Amino acid sequence: MTTLKGKRILIAKPGLDGHDVGAKVIALALRDAGAEVIYTGLRKTPDYIARVAAEENVDAVGLSILSGSHLELVALTCAALKREQAEDVPLFVGGTIPRSDWDALHAAGVAAVFDSEMSLEQVVDEVARRLT
Amino acid sequence: MSEPATSSSDAPRERRTTPSGIEIPVVATPASRRHPDLSGPGEYPYTRGIFEDGFRGRLWTFRQYSGFGSAEASNERYRFLLERGQTGLSVALDLPTQCGYDPTDPMARSEVGKVGVPIATLADMETLFRGIDLAKVSTSFTINGSAAMIFAMYLAAADKAGVPRAKLTGTIQNDILKEYVARGTWIFPVRPALRLVADSIVYANQESPRFNPISIAGAHVRDAGSSAVEEMGFTLANGLAYVDELLARGADLERFAQSLSFFFYVHMNFFEEVAKFRAARRLWARLMKERYGAKSARAQHFRFGVVCGGSSLTAAQPYNNVVRVAVETMAAALGGAQSIFTCAYDEAFQLPTEQSAELALRTQQVIAYESGIADTVDPLGGSHYVEYLTDEMEAAIEGVIQEIADYGGVVKAIEDGYLQRRIARSAHERKSKVDRGESVVVGVNRFKNEHEEKQVGEVFASDAHATAAVIEKFERIRAERDAAQAEKTLAALERAASDNAANLMPYLVDCCHAYVSVGEMVERLKRQWGEFIEPVKL
Repeated sequence: MTTLKGKRILIAKPGLDGHDVGAKVIALALRDAGAEVIYTGLRKTPDYIARVAAEENVDAVGLSILSGSHLELVALTCAALKREQAEDVPLFVGGTIPRSDWDALHAAGVAAVFDSEMSLEQVVDEVARRLT
Repeated sequence: MSEPATSSSDAPRERRTTPSGIEIPVVATPASRRHPDLSGPGEYPYTRGIFEDGFRGRLWTFRQYSGFGSAEASNERYRFLLERGQTGLSVALDLPTQCGYDPTDPMARSEVGKVGVPIATLADMETLFRGIDLAKVSTSFTINGSAAMIFAMYLAAADKAGVPRAKLTGTIQNDILKEYVARGTWIFPVRPALRLVADSIVYANQESPRFNPISIAGAHVRDAGSSAVEEMGFTLANGLAYVDELLARGADLERFAQSLSFFFYVHMNFFEEVAKFRAARRLWARLMKERYGAKSARAQHFRFGVVCGGSSLTAAQPYNNVVRVAVETMAAALGGAQSIFTCAYDEAFQLPTEQSAELALRTQQVIAYESGIADTVDPLGGSHYVEYLTDEMEAAIEGVIQEIADYGGVVKAIEDGYLQRRIARSAHERKSKVDRGESVVVGVNRFKNEHEEKQVGEVFASDAHATAAVIEKFERIRAERDAAQAEKTLAALERAASDNAANLMPYLVDCCHAYVSVGEMVERLKRQWGEFIEPVKL
């Protein structure tokens, strides 16, 4: 069983999308794996998310987006992380993300994209792999 | 129960339960049942249906969900669907509209026209229905936080088109309670939000009696990860909270109870889904009659629409979804749904294309007109298993309603985040069961194709220029309107909001006629009421 003990992870909901259960399920899975998880709640701006990431000195940021606005919101979040000098913090994205957009997200600086059919174990393993 | 004389194997018999955890007998018999008596369809408590002739009198409504980019593009799609035999329109609104932000608001950035059509002012509503007779088409709006504003705008559009309000048919979802629990388009704190719901129901009952002013929805709770029992239990508990609020505001039970309708998901356990609807129909009738004293049959009737698909669909092997939707549609019809929406097979990973949306509609039509399902009332009625499950589901649903009441009621359970946490945990459990292979999902955890290209079909192209055009139109409308009249109606709205006895709907309709935007109306109400503070504890 992979452990994320000692890691701080921010799970965030950027934009207006209100579907938060995926984010919460991932947060619970990361917590079960030993991580300390900070969940932002709904409707946070990329600026706010980057500020929390920097202030809380997190080891990773996970964005959950189901509204189709992932390309814009990820670009804004990456820019905001850079302004906070936190661009080295690995950024993960999950939600309803078409495969055709994965390359663009990786190019924008996303460490990994997750879809709803991956097992929680796969998600935890992938996060752990990027953090060590 | 007597054991069968022979068994196909000597292995100890494994215990099986439905996804909601109800014990499944190896074979159901009359002795399995709690309530062996069954009244006929159209008879209290309506287990077999609210109409004595089932679908013979009137088939369910085929209602597809659509709306993209701009009012212009959506108007085109609606005409396309109406020409192909769809009988009701369903309007998806974009997130800024749903959360009460104008397209120019910084919070609306990158979201305009993304998951639905942006409706900021009456001008957009007029464009949306250009060339469509509002007196002839039934329109359903998926709108909650800003439902009262959108309903006011629909009334204003009808006024301007010369269509009498009394002729309008359709539905606004207007179910704010489940937004706090599962869907997230809340705006105001729970109490004033409940007032807005009650005001719109009372006003609709007076002004447009054929229009359904609320669709109390379990669908989103279900799709978020709860079981069928939780879906129904939470939803009926929310329904009771609306009834209590309406009664507290002096509304007439016999009148408003007729205008309450419900909305659910249908997922893949066929018999549990059929039983869920039969159980809820009986339980709601009992609650309305025994708890509140509703006398007329119509005030006791449990009417509902459904969505088939949602999170039961998979991105892996997407054509399997066509089969899933067909099975779910049969369950909905056998459960006695009044309207059915069938998801397109590609919805698990993209906005549906015209081709996939048409196939979804054809799925319903094949079932309705070729399968014979609609020819007789409640064809599964009297099946030992279905009647057993109906009884067990009813008891379990009632248990959930009682649990929420014991906690201190729906409002407290939402404000504390109790229901939100419960759903997140159910979702986590459901996901873990799929991960472990305990719940089989074909193509995902069984019968996988190792080298599958995950996507099929065309990708619906959203129009990149649409946002700029929406903002340009919005600014033009604001510049051209009578500014003094707009301000006058807004000031009147704000005054009315501070008077708890006032019904806010006439003030909202006045605002809409003055081309005041959804965001402006919401802003004034926030000044009086504040905003909901989300409990974020996991």
